[in-house]
Amino acid sequence: LFYSFFKTLVGKDVVVELKNDLSICGTLQSVDQYLNINLNDISVTDPNKYPHMMSMKNCFIRGSVVRYVQLPADECDTVELQNAARKEAMQSKSVAATASAAAAGGGGGGGGTGGHGGAH
Amino acid sequence: SRQQALASLASIEEPMDLIRVSLDEIVHVKMRNERELRGRLHAFDSHLNMVLGDVEETVTTLEIDEETYEEVYKATKRTVPMLFVRGDGVILVSPIGSSQAA
Repeated sequence: LFYSFFKTLVGKDVVVELKNDLSICGTLQSVDQYLNINLNDISVTDPNKYPHMMSMKNCFIRGSVVRYVQLPADECDTVELQNAARKEAMQSKSVAATASAAAAGGGGGGGGTGGHGGAH
Repeated sequence: SRQQALASLASIEEPMDLIRVSLDEIVHVKMRNERELRGRLHAFDSHLNMVLGDVEETVTTLEIDEETYEEVYKATKRTVPMLFVRGDGVILVSPIGSSQAA
């Protein structure tokens, strides 16, 4: 869900805030399934929370070190987001239900044959 | 599968259902490092990654006055129009009535 969402934001300016309190503003160049981020043309945003990386124009950020990504509100269709999240929640619920049904069915079949042996 | 049928009839609310019900509502999110967020929930996934709109972040820090040795809790707030929050920092998500005043 969020992988697709970030793909729609490629080319937009975002501010990535990391878990170590660093904030980096840049243009979203690419994203992957782990939500690792490639940022182009990095610039300063929060004055104190920004490291001095004047040499760097482009960077790769591991998804797991991200705390927040500040997004432009006008680029996000909130209704579409909500519908996609609802759909995703229903999908993962049905996947979990079928998985537990398969597990329960397998357990029931094994118990049945065991019972038969005991009766005899 | 009988249990399954009963569950779908009663639409039993698992934790993720309770969050799903809060979509487009204002939620209160408690995060690691004494941070709290308050904003409108637009999207979430099973990792608890979320997109929140019109969100206010509160960071609570404990500061000690060197002269009086008094402990003071300081809250720093800021607002962001649209924010993606990574799920691994989230502790809890709770609904707030969207008509509730600040």
